[in-house]
Amino acid sequence: MFEPLRESWRNGSPLQWNRVYDLPDFAYFNHSIHVNKGIGCSTCHGEIHKMPLTRKAVSLRMSWCVACHKDPAPHLRPLEDVYNMDWKPARNQRELGEQFIEERNIQVAQLINCSICHR
Amino acid sequence: MTVKNRSKFAVDAESFRVQLAGKSGPAYWRSLDELAQSDAFREYVENEFPDQAAAPADALTRRNFLQVMGATLALAGVSGGCARQPNEKIYPYVKAPEEVVPGKPLYFASAHVEGGYGKGILVESHMGRPTKVEGLPGHPATDGATDAHMQASILDLYDPDRSQSVMHRGELSTWDRCVVDMNGVLDTLRPRGGEGVHLLTGTVTSPSQARMLSRLLGSYPNARWHQYEPMSRDNVREGIRRALGDTLEVIYHFDRADRIVTLDADIFSEGPANIRHMLDYASRRSVIDGARGNHPGGADGDSDGDHAVHTPPLNRMYAVECTPTLAGASADHRLSIRPGQMNAVAQGLAAAIGVDGASASVDDSESIRTWIAAAATDLAAHRGRGIVIAGENQPPEIHALAYAMNDLLGNVGSTVTTVATPEARPVNQLESLRDLVADLNADRVELLLILGQNPVYATPADLDFAAAVQRAKTVAQLGRYLDETSDYAHWHVPELHPLETWGDVRAYDGSVLLIQPLIAPLYGGKSTLEFISALVDDAERSAHDIVQANWRSAGADSWQIALSQGFIEDPGAAWSGGEVSFPAAQRSGRTAPRPAGTDAVDDGDGFDICFRPDPTVGDGSYCNNAWMQELPKSLTKVTWDNAVYISPVTAGALGLENEDRVRVTYRERSVEGAVWKQPGHPQNSITVHFGYGRPAAGKVGRDMGFNAYSIWTSDTAGFGRGARIEAIGGKYALACTEGHYAMENRGLVRHFSQETFNGSEHPAELVTHGEHHEFHTAGEDETLFRADWQEWHGNKWGMTIDLNKCVGCNACITACQSENIIPCVGKTEVRKGREMHWIRLDRYYTTGSTWHSYLPMAGESESVLENPNVYFQPLPCMQCENAPCEVVCPVGATQHSREGLNDMVYNRCIGTRYCSNNCPYKVRRFNFFNYSKTPLGSRGDRVTRANINWTHKNPESLKPMRNPDVTVRGRGVMEKCTYCVQRINLQRIEDKKNGRVMYDESEAAGPVDRLQTACQQACPTRAITFGNLNDPESAVAVSARSPRNYGILTELNTRPRTTYLARLTNPNPELDGVVGS
Repeated sequence: MFEPLRESWRNGSPLQWNRVYDLPDFAYFNHSIHVNKGIGCSTCHGEIHKMPLTRKAVSLRMSWCVACHKDPAPHLRPLEDVYNMDWKPARNQRELGEQFIEERNIQVAQLINCSICHR
Repeated sequence: MTVKNRSKFAVDAESFRVQLAGKSGPAYWRSLDELAQSDAFREYVENEFPDQAAAPADALTRRNFLQVMGATLALAGVSGGCARQPNEKIYPYVKAPEEVVPGKPLYFASAHVEGGYGKGILVESHMGRPTKVEGLPGHPATDGATDAHMQASILDLYDPDRSQSVMHRGELSTWDRCVVDMNGVLDTLRPRGGEGVHLLTGTVTSPSQARMLSRLLGSYPNARWHQYEPMSRDNVREGIRRALGDTLEVIYHFDRADRIVTLDADIFSEGPANIRHMLDYASRRSVIDGARGNHPGGADGDSDGDHAVHTPPLNRMYAVECTPTLAGASADHRLSIRPGQMNAVAQGLAAAIGVDGASASVDDSESIRTWIAAAATDLAAHRGRGIVIAGENQPPEIHALAYAMNDLLGNVGSTVTTVATPEARPVNQLESLRDLVADLNADRVELLLILGQNPVYATPADLDFAAAVQRAKTVAQLGRYLDETSDYAHWHVPELHPLETWGDVRAYDGSVLLIQPLIAPLYGGKSTLEFISALVDDAERSAHDIVQANWRSAGADSWQIALSQGFIEDPGAAWSGGEVSFPAAQRSGRTAPRPAGTDAVDDGDGFDICFRPDPTVGDGSYCNNAWMQELPKSLTKVTWDNAVYISPVTAGALGLENEDRVRVTYRERSVEGAVWKQPGHPQNSITVHFGYGRPAAGKVGRDMGFNAYSIWTSDTAGFGRGARIEAIGGKYALACTEGHYAMENRGLVRHFSQETFNGSEHPAELVTHGEHHEFHTAGEDETLFRADWQEWHGNKWGMTIDLNKCVGCNACITACQSENIIPCVGKTEVRKGREMHWIRLDRYYTTGSTWHSYLPMAGESESVLENPNVYFQPLPCMQCENAPCEVVCPVGATQHSREGLNDMVYNRCIGTRYCSNNCPYKVRRFNFFNYSKTPLGSRGDRVTRANINWTHKNPESLKPMRNPDVTVRGRGVMEKCTYCVQRINLQRIEDKKNGRVMYDESEAAGPVDRLQTACQQACPTRAITFGNLNDPESAVAVSARSPRNYGILTELNTRPRTTYLARLTNPNPELDGVVGS
């Protein structure tokens, strides 16, 4: 299964990956800020640890991005759960999310400005 | 509707005489047509959106309409709409290099080389691709700032027109064969000590190069080494040698100078220290504004209620010049004289100061004498705090005289210092070239090695280098392009760009800069070091090994530290090449002093002619650089061409109009070009610029303009006399942008004398309303716009531009072009007003109220044209709080952000151009064509399907240059200044990760982390301030509170976030009403 990797190391030619999560070139996405503010991997990438073949878990349409940018509370996690692939929203997620917004200084009003993603 | 050709405005001299006589013309004007309010100008302004009109190439018939529509529909089917993106692959590194994180740039220190001298740079690299050049913080020559050429050097690197393979007599060959051939020739010459071997280089300051050359000349003691730069500093070298008997480098400290007199010296453009000059000059134009009463004191501490507190006080600059330059535009007093008068003026000044042997000329006019006397008195009153500086194209006598004046005034040692020359072997370069031509003509040259020069193009016509070089047995050229010289070279070897190879070079102050490569050679090739190594070493060494060996032999600091710092400020003699010796024959040479240019042949009634490097393409080395071609020259605003510049008054006398074709004859040689009338140009003289008329530049610069070298002679210094000019009929179209985006006379530039400003009861009102601008300024509540966003407590971005500091150098425009991947559109599109620069540099002339005539033949109205005041105003997007563009967009493609940015969403834009129509500042730019796909243009033309050929299909090499953080815009999309939103976003993300809400300038440290817009970072005068207005301590908030602060067109209640600081002039009261600005 890892033979292509070993092969790549041996002859120095890079692996060719098919890009699954491909944003349009006019949209700019920064992983670090999402991870730092408590958006977990699986929020966008789905249960990737259970995918034998990677697929797109969400639409990646602008309406999908904007839904969370307008109201991030349902998706915000405790920071230690960011890499937890099995994370599920808490019972009091709304309350918890609002608390995270406050604590982490997330300026929600700003998140739907065009230049946050487009430049 | 067809586009009116606005470059063909016609104004007869009579019409502006009438206008001026009636004083009905505008106080501030950009073009002569505006001044005269010509019909063509009115038509242009009133035709509301002249640049927006699309002229169909052919009339649209029903038949071809159907064809076009059919094709469109078919394509729509093929592309399948916009449902899916194309499949893309990801290729990760197999073995990732150190420190490379995809998406994060790295910065490397290196050096920009121009005229043999270095300037420290910091190069941004994305995944191994250099994308942007910035100045190297801390380096004396740049200190983080850049000029336009440094910014444009990145485009040179990726230029698809670079030569790509070794050529032998026009056939493809290999480097190995070239080496074998050259060494074969050398071997036959070795018994004679290398007699017949000639080497032609530019100015050499590089310690490693000096060492290699010394070894080469050691092995072949009878070989000859010639140095030649087209824009040589012979005058500077010779002048100081006459003054001090030794070749030293003079360093001028403008930061310590209270009074400056320039003698035809364009201190902001010429020489290896031009950026230092701008930094230092502007530091003395820096005004820290305080509220009234809070900060007593001020200029010279002489008035009580000063509003402007500046420590140290404002400087005062007197400029004597022929061709209008940036220095003259910034000067408080400018004396416009014919080049032939310069000697008399310099002598007069020296005599007034008391230099022995200087004689005041008797035939000067009264007002020139008054002017000189005032300048001399002022200089004498500021002993040790003044500078007299002569220009590079003035003869050595003037330089020696300037030094003598500085000496007598006690300036030497304080504002004027000297260091050992950074050059490895300073010679009189014109003599050196003359020697070479003499040897060539005497058939004494067996092997000629030309390293990085283009002498067939860029040498005086009377030497006829092209004829001479054909007599050499073997000619080998190392060059970045297949140029004019390549046609005569048996061997051509591609030269590496400095960003592709290792090297070192010295700056004007003697510091050694290390050149480190940012990318593997794009097309192969050799550096100068490797080329010489192939001739002297048994096994060719790499440039890296040569530089490192040289560094090691000097026992300098750690290699890593040296590399990361980028330069060694105080190199020992061993490291800097000071101990390198050359065989005696090389030192003596035949260096007779060159004939003085001032006393050149004067055949009576002819015109004076000034030869100057072009303000953008220089001596021709930036000729194939589209950014430099399309950059409007600061004062004339001409793009893509050179022209024959004459005074409007002279043009009137000769019956010449702009764009009239003329023949300029000088010393029996003539050249044909187009006339352009330049206000401020002295009468009866001509200025021509080098750098154009190249038959063998790449496809961008080929055959643009005319070749001024073809009438330049070796006994002409920077200027000569006895030129003739005659109309030959017909017009040559020039693309001049001076009238584009006209906002007319609406209080755009504001300025006051320091005295007026300090003496005013309410200086802020003085600025708001100005002397002539009684406009209503809307209050906070007078708005139809929603104002809820104003409650935002996060970042509130704003910018101020200090007109007191801006000298109009154009660095901001090129920096913006590089950062924001702004395409070039070509000459024909520029003529239609479609240039894409996001920040433009408006240049205004003003008739003022104190101008007077000093030439007996000139009437009042004419002297206005002869010496108008010049004001520069850089104009990016104003980011209006009440933005007129936003409300008219039918698709919501331009929106307001919470932080006050006027966002542009390219993918929403459908190209209605309503926004641009509604923008009072005219800062929006439209992609009329797919400019980014055919970025280079050809001979200044946008590539159309009709003339496309294979060379146009490879802008592939330009793609790696693009900033990956900025979207590439396609056809039909509007764009404009974003305040570098990509930089803002990166900084905001970093701030937020660190738990900060607001951007705080005081906490952001380091050259790379600091949030600066591209224009701000490049600006050599630090005129641009950008930051968070909600942070009361930020630099931008402080300057926005200044009493000098004003917005433009604020009567429209646009509430611009970009505001200006009024210019303060510091005129000499004694010269009130005499001459000059």
